[in-house]
Amino acid sequence: MRTIYILWLRQIKRYLRSRSRIIGSLGQPALFLVALGFGFGPIFQKAGGGNYITFLAPGVIAQGILFTAIFSGIELIWDRQFGFLKETLVAPVSRFEIMIGRTLGGATIATLQGVIVFLLTLLIGFRPDIALFPVALVMMFLIALLFTSLGTAIASMLEDFQGFQLIMNFLVMPLFFLSGSLFPLNSAPPFLKIISHIDPLTYGVDGLRQSLSTMSQFGLLTDFTVLSILTIILLGIGSYLFSKIQI
Amino acid sequence: MHIKYLLAKGENKGIIYSMTEVKEATAISVTDLTKKFNTFTAVDHISFTVKHGEIFAFLGPNGAGKSTTIKMLTTLLMPTSGKILINGHNPVKEQDAVRRSFGIVFQDPSLDEELTAYENMEFHGVLYKVPKPLRRKRIQELLSIMELSDRKDHLVKTFSGGMRRRLEIARGLLHHPTIFFLDEPTIGLDPQTRNQMWSYIETLNKQEQITIFFTTHYMEEAERVAQRIAIIDHGKIITEGTAGALKAQTKTDSLENAFLALTGKTIREEQASGVEHLRMRRQMFRGR
Repeated sequence: MRTIYILWLRQIKRYLRSRSRIIGSLGQPALFLVALGFGFGPIFQKAGGGNYITFLAPGVIAQGILFTAIFSGIELIWDRQFGFLKETLVAPVSRFEIMIGRTLGGATIATLQGVIVFLLTLLIGFRPDIALFPVALVMMFLIALLFTSLGTAIASMLEDFQGFQLIMNFLVMPLFFLSGSLFPLNSAPPFLKIISHIDPLTYGVDGLRQSLSTMSQFGLLTDFTVLSILTIILLGIGSYLFSKIQI
Repeated sequence: MHIKYLLAKGENKGIIYSMTEVKEATAISVTDLTKKFNTFTAVDHISFTVKHGEIFAFLGPNGAGKSTTIKMLTTLLMPTSGKILINGHNPVKEQDAVRRSFGIVFQDPSLDEELTAYENMEFHGVLYKVPKPLRRKRIQELLSIMELSDRKDHLVKTFSGGMRRRLEIARGLLHHPTIFFLDEPTIGLDPQTRNQMWSYIETLNKQEQITIFFTTHYMEEAERVAQRIAIIDHGKIITEGTAGALKAQTKTDSLENAFLALTGKTIREEQASGVEHLRMRRQMFRGR
């Protein structure tokens, strides 16, 4: 437990100390909110979709979490080659504890980032239903944990950052754009619907949308179940791959 | 002075405990150790032993297999074949027993730069389960020995190369290891810092009988400090002995010349791996 705690603490301290990183990672969500939110808002309204910001905000919060989570998982590559990972790997502690501590730390950071983006959406004009905010927080943490585990799993297999662009363009971006964060899925063409149903982020966005904007496609229970099961599977895969790391 | 003081205070219970535990066994014993990466044999059937309390230098050109060997000794890499005993424990099967018994300073800096010196130490102490009161006391003592006390609450990223190395040494000693691995510990340091560092290490070795296993490219360091030297090239140990014996064997007047006579003058082109690229980029980036 002490091991998990100290590794978690380390991630939190690093995060709180890198103000530029916190501010920098708000740029993208802010851009999505302003450009898409205000740009598409009138059309969305005309098409009968209601207030686009109300629809979009949960999606952008999910995007903020997704990016931060995957990055903090992938950061492992850096740590692995220089730094700290070696120091932890030669210590008399189990790899499982190291992996869990790191992942919980990364997930906490991503959740915090989600909360900051949430505050940003309020500035832009999002008026959420606050009653279910605790549920939204749980959703945020689940999304964060799922994608930090995914990032860790991927980073455990990579030697360096050469595959990074590949991950960005063929994993992270599609995860976001195909998740229904930007457009309603029920009016999407069937093939897109199918892809979206495979995308785990879809369930995260749906859960957030249910708890913050009271609109949902699958219902909270489905969202929660899908995310939890996937998180457990990915944590398992992540810790297996992490245990196989040789330096 | 400080180390003597530590000893006088009976601070070193852990060491006495570990010393009795492993009295008979040699510190490091390696038999027929081999590591293959696909078709490339990085370490090729090497055997050697290091006695308790000995200062042992492991020398060789770039890519000779030094770091690979250290990684296997310190549980970071699985050997392809062969046998290793660290304080009588097998790094493959008894990882935690091996890990508790050694400290290490890696070739690449392994400090967390976003944490302070004290936090880096504290982190290490928690990972090695050093009880809190002892940990606090020991951290203060080691930081003062390494002359880092007044900078203990500064972030490591503000530290010079020499300060980082001293902190890494302090950290590696926090849990009372009986064996101390140093992989090119003086790389990039000025002569003053190098001199001071080796003085610490020699004192440590004398006062606390810690076994020192190190690699370096500075031959004069090895000549000055090491009681025994092994030279590895192309994954094989070519020779082993005191600096004097190696000079006599090659009929040369310095260890540097003995080394060149044994390993040849061709420059080794190590195939740059992804890690190598990253390392170069990082060095340029940080100006270190």
